[in-house]
Amino acid sequence: MEIRINDVGFSYASVPVLSGISLDIKGPGFVSILGPNGVGKSTLIHCINKILQPKSGSVLIDGKDVRDISIKELAKDVGYVPYSANDTFPLTVVDTVMMGRHPHSKWNTLDRDLDIVYDTLRMLGISHLAMRQFNELSAGQHQKVMLARGLVQEPQILLLDEPTSNLDIRHQLDVTKMLKRLSEERGILIVMISHDINIAAKFADQVILMFQGRIYDVGAPAEVITEDNLRSVYGVESKVIDDDGRPHVILKDALPMSESCNPSAVMAHIRAQRASQDAADSDGKSVRRGVERILGRT
Amino acid sequence: MKAEYRRGILLKVAMLVFSLICIVLFVGLLSVSNYEGVGLMETYQIIWNHLFGEPYETGSLYWWADRYIWNTAMPHALAAILAGAALAVCGAMMQSIMTNPLADPYSTGISSGACFGAISAIVMGLSFSTVVGEMGIVTNAFIGAMVPALLIVFLSQRIHMTPATLILLGTAVSYFFNSMVTYLMVTTDVDTLQSAYLWQIGSLDGMTWSSLPFMAVFTIAGSAIVMLMASKLNVMSLGENSAVSLGVDIQSFRLYCLILMAVMTAAIVSFTGILGFIGLVAPHLVRLVIGSDNRFVIPMSMAVGALLMLVSDYLAFQFASIPVGVVLSVIGSPVFFALIVWQNKRTGAIY
Repeated sequence: MEIRINDVGFSYASVPVLSGISLDIKGPGFVSILGPNGVGKSTLIHCINKILQPKSGSVLIDGKDVRDISIKELAKDVGYVPYSANDTFPLTVVDTVMMGRHPHSKWNTLDRDLDIVYDTLRMLGISHLAMRQFNELSAGQHQKVMLARGLVQEPQILLLDEPTSNLDIRHQLDVTKMLKRLSEERGILIVMISHDINIAAKFADQVILMFQGRIYDVGAPAEVITEDNLRSVYGVESKVIDDDGRPHVILKDALPMSESCNPSAVMAHIRAQRASQDAADSDGKSVRRGVERILGRT
Repeated sequence: MKAEYRRGILLKVAMLVFSLICIVLFVGLLSVSNYEGVGLMETYQIIWNHLFGEPYETGSLYWWADRYIWNTAMPHALAAILAGAALAVCGAMMQSIMTNPLADPYSTGISSGACFGAISAIVMGLSFSTVVGEMGIVTNAFIGAMVPALLIVFLSQRIHMTPATLILLGTAVSYFFNSMVTYLMVTTDVDTLQSAYLWQIGSLDGMTWSSLPFMAVFTIAGSAIVMLMASKLNVMSLGENSAVSLGVDIQSFRLYCLILMAVMTAAIVSFTGILGFIGLVAPHLVRLVIGSDNRFVIPMSMAVGALLMLVSDYLAFQFASIPVGVVLSVIGSPVFFALIVWQNKRTGAIY
């Protein structure tokens, strides 16, 4: 499974959100998208699974343009766990999770679907909630139920929008570790938007760092999560130490907002990166972009 | 664990069967109340006999009862069942696709369009078609009801429709037609005003066998389609992003539902007038008791909607021809009110 994003741009009304995004994500693997608020992380994911249509460029999944894949077909291969869910008309947890089976549903699949749902609930440690109403759960339980819904969809590619933001530290660790394990066991590609840099650094095979609607850097955690990158993208001073081969960020201080958002410095960085890549491309040595450097390990 | 889930399903099926039995009971009661001197069980016998048995001796008590039940009570009861079921199923569907508990079959302005059509026929004798008289009102109402629906279909090709846009457009359309209706009503005489006003409340009076086939075809076919879409409606009520990622093309599905709903609703209200309340409340009554799974909410809403209509019609008849639309709200509102209050979960959530 492979997501190939070619020069994708997107804007809401007249406000540009994404511009010139090109990216290859090859699975199986566990990929984390990092970046400050409002840089277009969710928008990028929405462009992949057709919630939004890019204004320019194209998104290819396994070589096929998503515009040519019907929403129904896409749902069999690409799962999505949103940041929050509507609970105007709540169902029980079992029924909510069971909806993940909708893309695959046929007549008389109830028994098998129920098995998949209960197995997934047990895996996430929430089988005791099975018959509870979805809207009676805590924020963390909510998130686990939605995660379960994404997992029972059994997609080849699973996109997650901050799936652990409401979880306590133990469950954050546990869920992220489980996602990493699933990507290996089931051989699927999991792409997760995350705000916790250290957890992403600890488990991700690859990190995509976004800033101001562009890809700022992409690569192995140790390559991307650096003091320099964190300063230019997040505007924080930090110390990055090595923890068993994974970077670990110790936050020191926030830069004043004006300096941290210096666009010219950012553009200079992006231009420099592009230039080095173009040089590499013209040499015919590098195939595409940094992602493949890392995930093309097979 | 799976057993627990299956018990839940059985319970819901049992409730559905119970409601169906209640419907049959009230069909009988309605017939009894229509014809003195014949008991409840005898009523069923007469209905059965009419369908499968020998005709009665002309002029006998049963012959008269048969005539009365078959020609007056039955069309009345069947119209009540069809109207209740169709409006309730449309309400449940509208609430799901709009993810809005305040939506009802009239949210997109169908009722006001129908009203304008019907009342222009009543007040001015104006017909949008070549049909005149009683059927002129019906055709006018039907055509009027389709105007807001077609408007929305037309617009949805051009602008992105969210539930909020749809409801607001519906509100705009409603205000437009309502003001026209008001104008028509203030310019007319008292008698016409009364019949125009009564049409707005909705009534089952004067239902004959001839009105039923039209209502029945749309209700039965429409409900069957909605039943097949029930799990898709469940996915819709998760919200737009989730629905897309679970393989539902929300824009076209919503449009499809709106058209289906417009035709079903128009087929009913053009005969009965604007029966409010059922479409909004019947699905809620059901959800408060059995939860929000549309696979059960849809059939159960149909049963409860039909039952509510029958009960209201029965009471309306008992209390000397109060319009059924009035009785409906008078008995339905306290039940709705009580269920909401008893449901109190201390979180403010109703479901």
